[in-house]
Amino acid sequence: MNLNLSDEQLALKETLRRFVAKDYSFKTRHDIIHSEEGISAAHWAQFAELGLLALPFAEAHGGLGGNAVDTMLVMEAIGSGLMVEPYLATVVLAGGLVQDAGTEAQKNALLPNIADGSLRMAFAHYEPGGRYEMSQVSLRAERLADGYALDGVKTFVLHGAQAAKLVVSAQDGAGLSMFIVDSEADGVSVRGYVTQDNLRAAEITFNAVKVGAAALLGAAGDAEPAILRALDAANAALCAEAVGAMDALNQATLEYLKTRKQFGVAIGSFQALQHRMVDMFTAATQARSMAILASIRVASGTTEERRWACAAAKVLVSESARLVGQQAVQLHGGMGVTDELSVSHYFKRLTCICASFGDADYHLDYVSSRLLAA
Amino acid sequence: MNLDPNETEQAFRTEVRAFVEQSLPDDIRQTVLNGRELGKDDYLRWQRILHQRGWGAPGWPKAFGGTGWTALQKHIFDEETTTAGAPGQVAFGLHMVAPVIMAFGTPEQQQRFLPRILTGEDWWCQGYSEPGSGSDLASLKMRATLSPDGKNYVLNGQKTWNTLGQHADWIFCLVRTNTEGRQQAGISFVLVDMKSPGITVRPIIMLDGGHEINDVFFDNVIVPVSDRIGEENRGWSYAKFLLGHERTGLALIGQSKRALKRLKMIAKFEQANGKPLVEDQRFRDRMARAEIDLTALDITMMLLLSVDESKPLGPEVSMLKIRGTEILQVLTELTMQACGHAALASLPQALKPGWEGVPIGHIYTPPVAGWYFNMRKLSIFGGSNEIQKNIISQMILGL
Ligand SMILES: Cc1cc2nc3c(=O)[nH]c(=O)nc-3n(C[C@H](O)[C@H](O)[C@H](O)COP(=O)(O)OP(=O)(O)OC[C@H]3O[C@@H](n4cnc5c(N)ncnc54)[C@H](O)[C@@H]3O)c2cc1C
Repeated sequence: MNLNLSDEQLALKETLRRFVAKDYSFKTRHDIIHSEEGISAAHWAQFAELGLLALPFAEAHGGLGGNAVDTMLVMEAIGSGLMVEPYLATVVLAGGLVQDAGTEAQKNALLPNIADGSLRMAFAHYEPGGRYEMSQVSLRAERLADGYALDGVKTFVLHGAQAAKLVVSAQDGAGLSMFIVDSEADGVSVRGYVTQDNLRAAEITFNAVKVGAAALLGAAGDAEPAILRALDAANAALCAEAVGAMDALNQATLEYLKTRKQFGVAIGSFQALQHRMVDMFTAATQARSMAILASIRVASGTTEERRWACAAAKVLVSESARLVGQQAVQLHGGMGVTDELSVSHYFKRLTCICASFGDADYHLDYVSSRLLAA
Repeated sequence: MNLDPNETEQAFRTEVRAFVEQSLPDDIRQTVLNGRELGKDDYLRWQRILHQRGWGAPGWPKAFGGTGWTALQKHIFDEETTTAGAPGQVAFGLHMVAPVIMAFGTPEQQQRFLPRILTGEDWWCQGYSEPGSGSDLASLKMRATLSPDGKNYVLNGQKTWNTLGQHADWIFCLVRTNTEGRQQAGISFVLVDMKSPGITVRPIIMLDGGHEINDVFFDNVIVPVSDRIGEENRGWSYAKFLLGHERTGLALIGQSKRALKRLKMIAKFEQANGKPLVEDQRFRDRMARAEIDLTALDITMMLLLSVDESKPLGPEVSMLKIRGTEILQVLTELTMQACGHAALASLPQALKPGWEGVPIGHIYTPPVAGWYFNMRKLSIFGGSNEIQKNIISQMILGL
């Protein structure tokens, strides 16, 4: 066992810390989220320069050969800086699926462009009414002589309107399959929207969208294992992001307890608030442990280990995020419910993380069901 | 003991229900039930309708044009109107400043202000909190100095977190008239015309993007001494009277019942695993717990209302506030959870009354996340829940 970061990982962590401190102030973020596109091309280019976009891909495809633990470090920084760029959508989800299931030709065509920042992608999977259920896919892929025609609707496509290409899950005759589709293709209509935490997402309608046979990603009818891996990786990444956000929020709250005075003393001198703060730190610490477990299992666990760890982590991280988010707002008093302070933005991001890619109840269901199987 | 309403209670409930059914304008009902944004005019229209019926001031004695109802009747009224989708009556005039004017105001002040509160002609807001004085209200600093001729106060300073001050005609303020001695003994209670020169209202945008609170700045604002309530430097005791006056306060039982009803509807409608969400045991248990908690609070309220009305309720009201706000917060959280990731879409235009666009999710989805975020305020304002716990531990438990 070795739970220490490598020297390279420590250096990466430090680079990320400096990047957030220097280049991603709350004011910078404010300007980005109120811009038309909702993400910053300049910062995306910096992501590329820092090698973040190449991190998890194989060297043969323009990557740096990193793993989920490296991704965890990036996501933690994204959480601490409340960064809104499409790292999860492009690198972890869509890029991860291409790396996982793609042919050599597909990897060569896509991964180097993701790595250098020129291509943004998204994963179109969830459907209206399907809630978090990974298998509730009814988008149809009709076999044609020279390819497929796609018909159906996808929702909650993270950064779907900011992506040039989409990985789309679909039912063809054989079962669950995936396709790579141009966002600009005929028959694709994208309804982009802002999310409650000022990220971007989209509802995307596919109306007789024709794709060639080469658009198939992975074997026909065999996409489920890859999708499960991608969703687990996404949840591990979200757990890391939540940990970064919780740490930042705890720091801000601690600082506030020490500086805000009422009744002639710092409010941090009230024992009720001291214990609350301790609970918040404990929750964040436990969340960090589970986020680490999830990342390690995504990097190198068996399927069983990975699925259990990601589900369990999401349960505990969600519960911690709820406590830390709500109490950070509470301890800031009126200031906590204003748009002006970052506190409410962290709270909203944490809330949305809990409701993305399966909420705590959904993941608890899996962990709980394993007790029956054992 | 039994819970059956007696004949008068039942008749009263039926009467209120029938009245709301008939008189609440449908557009207002829709706006409230669909969680859309209420405008100033919506509140005013409803107040006028109530006033015409003679129910403009459920909490006031008859002598001042109120209903003279018992606490139980008020509770029934609140529950019936709220669950039917009526907007809450704006509390600042009716429930906050009016009782103070009745108890401590001069007959002239009573004649001048009370009728206009009843009709809704004057919109009041509350100017207590300041940036440095929230929980520790008695430390407030906004100065009121007497003009040399002794006829006017000159106000300088800042009030904050001012709810709906952007609509207000008048603000009641606690101001500092003496900087020596006990903090509480240097505070006066004054009524200020919001049109006075020197007042600036600046919006504070809340975490859900809404504008319901403000900073209010006072720069040499002239207030006639005759607009002070009671004696100089006794304002703190008038404000305390106000706190003790509210029996049912922020228990929010009507709102929580409405929220629970809506949640049940949504949980039947949302799908999980190809079945209605309500069939998901895990989620259903959460709803069940909220229902149990709400019932316990409801009965607690009934027990308190059964106590002889001449006895003032004390710290028990704090308990109602803590549990009431927590329960409504949980219900809003569950409502957001019920909607899955569709709740994450932010569609501000969908919160406008009359919006007929296509939602992400269902027609009830757009407001749910903002509602949950917004309701975090419940445990902060009106005396934070921590402060309420301090009150209980000191006053009831003697710790
Ligand atoms: C949406 C909203 C609307 C409002 N509307 C109005 C209005 O119309 N008019 C008006 O005058 N005011 C209004 N308020 C102000 C409200 O009353 C104050 O926010 C509240 O009193 C808390 O004060 P604060 O925000 O300064 O927080 P602080 O007093 O600074 O408290 C910060 C934290 O410390 C805790 N704390 C403080 N003291 C203690 C203690 N002794 N023991 C344990 N914990 C403690 C608090 O509970 C809180 O969690 C409103 C507030 C909000 C959020």
